[in-house]
Amino acid sequence: MALDTTQTHDGVLREKPEPFWLDPKKRAIFFQILVVGAVALLAWYLISNTVANLQRQKIATGFGFLGKEASFEIGESVIAYDASNTYARALVVGALNTIKVSFIGIVITVFLGTFIGIARLSSNWLISRLAAIYIEGMQDVPVLLQLFFWYAIFYETLPSPRQALKPMHGVFLCNRGLVMPVPEWHPAYGYVFLAFAAACLMVWGLRRWARKRQDETGKTFPVFRVSLALVLGLPLGVWAALGAPFAMSVPELRGFNFRGGTTWSPEFMALLLGLILYTAAFVAEAVRAGIQSVSKGQREAAMALGLRPAQVLRLVILPQALRVIIPPLTSQMLNLTKNSSLAVAIGYPDFVSVANTTINQTGQSIEGVALIMLVYLIFSLSTSAFMNWYNKKVKLVER
Amino acid sequence: MSEQVHVVKPPVTSVGVVGWLRQNLFNTPFNSLLSLVTLYFLWSVLPPFVRWAFIDASWFSPSQVCRDGAGACWSVITQNIRFILFGFYPYDQQWRPAVAVVLLLGLLFFSRDRKYWSKRLGYAWIVGLVAMGVLMAGGVPGLPAVETTKWGGLPLTLLLSVFGLTAAYPLGVILALGRQSKMPAIKVLSVVYIEMIRGVPLISLLFMASIIFPLFLPEGITINKILRAQVAIILFTGAYIAEVVRGGLQAIPKGQYEAAESLGLNYYLTMRLVILPQALKIVIPPTVGILVSAFKDTSLVVIIALYDVLKTTQTVLSNPEWMGFSREAYIFLAILYFLGCFSMSHYSRKLEMELSTENH
Repeated sequence: MALDTTQTHDGVLREKPEPFWLDPKKRAIFFQILVVGAVALLAWYLISNTVANLQRQKIATGFGFLGKEASFEIGESVIAYDASNTYARALVVGALNTIKVSFIGIVITVFLGTFIGIARLSSNWLISRLAAIYIEGMQDVPVLLQLFFWYAIFYETLPSPRQALKPMHGVFLCNRGLVMPVPEWHPAYGYVFLAFAAACLMVWGLRRWARKRQDETGKTFPVFRVSLALVLGLPLGVWAALGAPFAMSVPELRGFNFRGGTTWSPEFMALLLGLILYTAAFVAEAVRAGIQSVSKGQREAAMALGLRPAQVLRLVILPQALRVIIPPLTSQMLNLTKNSSLAVAIGYPDFVSVANTTINQTGQSIEGVALIMLVYLIFSLSTSAFMNWYNKKVKLVER
Repeated sequence: MSEQVHVVKPPVTSVGVVGWLRQNLFNTPFNSLLSLVTLYFLWSVLPPFVRWAFIDASWFSPSQVCRDGAGACWSVITQNIRFILFGFYPYDQQWRPAVAVVLLLGLLFFSRDRKYWSKRLGYAWIVGLVAMGVLMAGGVPGLPAVETTKWGGLPLTLLLSVFGLTAAYPLGVILALGRQSKMPAIKVLSVVYIEMIRGVPLISLLFMASIIFPLFLPEGITINKILRAQVAIILFTGAYIAEVVRGGLQAIPKGQYEAAESLGLNYYLTMRLVILPQALKIVIPPTVGILVSAFKDTSLVVIIALYDVLKTTQTVLSNPEWMGFSREAYIFLAILYFLGCFSMSHYSRKLEMELSTENH
């Protein structure tokens, strides 16, 4: 503005070419160079300091340490591991533990969250109030505090194995964790799994065929019932044909500990419980919002078309509600995975915990933290890739 | 028209307590069953809990009395309240953080009402924050200096939250504007920053702040640990706020930008006077969601061994005298955090209603 007036004083009105700082394009280029330069300068400053510090402290950089012997034990592992294995294998064990707790956690959270979300909308005053209290209460307490609480319940309040609580036959709850029976391995299970996979494949084909036939002839096919029969019937049939093995490995108290069955350690249980109960509150909110987003008229219109209640739910309500529910649900799953990194605080050997031990032993802090970030970035980026794919898919359905 | 209008009262079963019960708890067979099951569940859980938490509880006793009693041991809180709230701050100086906390809560209380929003409140905040800093750090006549390594407990939690939130908010707005910018370099930098930070857990940033950050600085310069954790929290929260604000920016119709441009406003004025006031208003609810989770996330500094209120509580619990009363201590902390988060979300709902221009 000030420049304009000086120009009028000179009597030159907009005839001279504009000086470069008044041209938005040139100004934008100048501004970008300035910002990029500042960021580059800052990065250079930090890196040069780091290099100097590392040289002074004689810390070797690089990922060579991954091949060395880890020489620390890990409490629980999905794959075989002992202290003589390499750091790389230790980190893989940690990553698998992260995946294990996240996977089990996500599955249970989705069910529990959906259940609570529906309960929140119940016409039963008592149920909907209780669900509301649960949601508000759980959302407002830090998940780390909840983890500590559950861990304390396990090692302080629960009895020793000898006096273990027995909520069900063969299931024990004590300060060593949750002990429960598992089916003993039998080769038949391999075939049952194969049958299940085959059934899934057949269902996929069946759905395509049924949709195509409906598009062409208008005839409907009871896809859901046939699919259910296939998915349940085929594996069960194979199981029965192979002699129906049902031997279970039931835990028994021997001396001071349990034999047989499988044990979920207190650390794992505390982490799982804390993550599930915390995240379920957020999932419940997402589910509630999704169901409420489908207007009443939709249900009425579907019923006016003569659809049966199950069809109304499957063809009209769910597709619309899921479009609202899935994005926040996915981000909650991701949050659960990221929050599982708090395992380090209660001593469950997840990836962050193992990486932390590695950093403490080798002093390779930059590489360790970089690995942590990389692993979680891979989780997040693959999740957002899925989200983009899903958003594209539901958009097509909308059109 | 008949003379006598006979008023028929609604049947007893559809009004009053009975009517309410019938309508809300026993309207269908399924609901009746559900209600009965729930009532039975509450009946079997609540009385024992009340008994444990209130009737049999010991409130101000030494730990031995607790161990003999059957109820909750709230004494673990009351007997150690000074350490839980103030950590290793010198015992005889603990009135200082107490005054600072009261000052902060008072300022927050006054800022709650939009009537008081003025320049004077802004000055009051500046004066208040300086006073709090002086009170905490000392070093002036009458107040001996207290090193930051001794800060702990509730003041530290509040310090990390309040400064974290106030600094992260502008950072988030700038990043959101950067992401929406037409300049490619600015846009790419913002996107990379936001996605990187949102993709990793806070704990990795805290590790970075506590172990890697010292390597970034030239020899001889150190920054204290609290400040480093604070920076990590700000950088982390900023990225999340940026995404929320971006949602608001995208919801503003194009006509608003064009109208501002046709009025001759430049970029800065367009944003400050036209776009941001509308965009930030739309995103109040999700922003408060972010602020609430940032407040909860300050508890993660426990992992890098800063003595926030969670860590001081754990320190008390690791004392053999008070070992084994974790439940009570953690329930107390849960109530503390719940009050903080609940008042924030409650306030946001109020503010949202006040700012709404649609209904009146």
